[in-house]
Amino acid sequence: MSLDKNTVRTIANLARLEVRDDELEHLAGELSNIIHFVEQLAEVNTDGVAPMTSVVHMDLPRRVDAVTDGDCQDKILANAPEQQDGFFLVPKVVE
Amino acid sequence: MTRLTRLTMAEARDGLARKDFSATELTEAHIRAVEAARHLNCFVTETPDLALERAKAADARLAKGEGGAMEGLPIAMKDLFCTEGVRTTASSHILENFVPPYESTVSANLKKAGAVMLGKTSLDEFAMGSSNMTSYFGPVENPWKRKDDAGAKLVPGGSSGGSAAAVAARLALGATGTDTGGSIRQPASFCGIVGIKPTYGRCSRWGIIAFASSLDQAGPMARTVRDVSIMLGAMAGHDPKDSTSAPVAVPNFEAALTGDIRGLKVGVPKEYRPQGLSPEIEKLWDDGIAMLKDAGATPVEISLPYTKYALPTYYIVAPAECSSNLARYDGVRYGLRVEGKTLDEMYAKTRAAGFGKEVRRRILVGTYVLSAGYYDAYYAKAQRVRRLIADDFAKAFQTVDAILTPTAPSAAFAIGETDGNPVTMWLNDIFTIPTSLAGLPGLSLPTGLSADGLPLGLQVIGRPFDEETVLKVAEVMEKAAGFTAVPAGLEG
Repeated sequence: MSLDKNTVRTIANLARLEVRDDELEHLAGELSNIIHFVEQLAEVNTDGVAPMTSVVHMDLPRRVDAVTDGDCQDKILANAPEQQDGFFLVPKVVE
Repeated sequence: MTRLTRLTMAEARDGLARKDFSATELTEAHIRAVEAARHLNCFVTETPDLALERAKAADARLAKGEGGAMEGLPIAMKDLFCTEGVRTTASSHILENFVPPYESTVSANLKKAGAVMLGKTSLDEFAMGSSNMTSYFGPVENPWKRKDDAGAKLVPGGSSGGSAAAVAARLALGATGTDTGGSIRQPASFCGIVGIKPTYGRCSRWGIIAFASSLDQAGPMARTVRDVSIMLGAMAGHDPKDSTSAPVAVPNFEAALTGDIRGLKVGVPKEYRPQGLSPEIEKLWDDGIAMLKDAGATPVEISLPYTKYALPTYYIVAPAECSSNLARYDGVRYGLRVEGKTLDEMYAKTRAAGFGKEVRRRILVGTYVLSAGYYDAYYAKAQRVRRLIADDFAKAFQTVDAILTPTAPSAAFAIGETDGNPVTMWLNDIFTIPTSLAGLPGLSLPTGLSADGLPLGLQVIGRPFDEETVLKVAEVMEKAAGFTAVPAGLEG
């Protein structure tokens, strides 16, 4: 399947990546090339094959549902681009 | 004391034990080597003061007879491992000023074993690449030079290119790497050193900046098989903080190096000899098979029929997981922020400015293959083929104890010598990706030189959690190959 400029614009929006209009054509070509390459998997018969979600042959371990960490607000905020009164600050979301 | 940088890790360890020199002297020699080799651009961040502080502490512990397995040994850390209080960038603009408030489990384990960190090494941005050319901090240069073309600057491979180049240039006794599709093994091959990607689950992923979580695995890079055995022992171990970390005991890997591989069956997959494989690589491989035979092992031709689908499978699974993992870089909690009028605009501008071209491309591919209506056709399909690829190996390991293949289809290429097509660049990992998809241990060791005088590596693959056999076979081959060549300027 080939990707057109509109599809690239849509997935860029889904990925929250700003893409300039003059980049769309080139990206559409490049991504189409990649999608063509991976589409050769269609020729493999995978009827009855279960998807492999993990290579580790073990059950996901569980732990006790208890608080084991925390009380480190300073550390959590230490790398924040903007913060105020112990909160992360973002542009206004609700008018 | 430049000779101190020529020692292997095992020799340095034994020298420290005999008090031939101190950890401080050993560290000072390496710090000087790092400073003298800045033109290679191996390090994003050098940490000489921290190194000397740790070396002093190591000397104190050694004096009391309390040294750990890597006490006082200077190493480099790939800049993908979070290090408390030391900037960790993933070689990306988006994390250019990120200082983690915590330490990754692997780097903490190494610290506990007494290793001395010299600094953080460069990589392809977010470990996505096979050349180190996608680093925001510029390409890393391979210390090796072509015999008749010393002017060409060669890539060290990637993504653990800074680590590989640092170890090859004798700036560190060893270095950490991470491997998602070949990122330890391919640069090890390009730089003439040894690197092992252990079994998925052997080393904790906690605190390693994530790329593709079902594939990422940390491992050691050093100049000998014995040295990676020492370092792997210090890095590995179960960690409750990583739910995919395997609750298995860490064997004494060094003890596995018995030198005896008589009776072992080593598989030689016929699908790894595609049409157009360079005769040089073919000869290297045949020479490797002969070494195993001479040592009493039995080469067995095997078939891994789904091999040709490994690359397309990987380039669905890895970008899909990358697009999910990198969703966290939003300019809110850490990293770069580019202001926008709305929250969404701020996200989009931040991410467009913060990520490089290859990373953006993979995020877009991953977002596409995971998007509504395409998930089954791409991602679920790739997961099914992934199982077939893993089953190929499982079947082969019913009859063989290890598998031998080339590591990469070529020697190191020059910066700027590629055609710009991302798919061509991906072919570098054609021999390493299948092992990654199956989660198996794979080791690269240098066994010969190209006609250009550049190192070439072979890959030894093993059963899950059987790094011991991999290391044992590799050490026998290391002795047989007698690879003593060194990069330009280090002769004599």
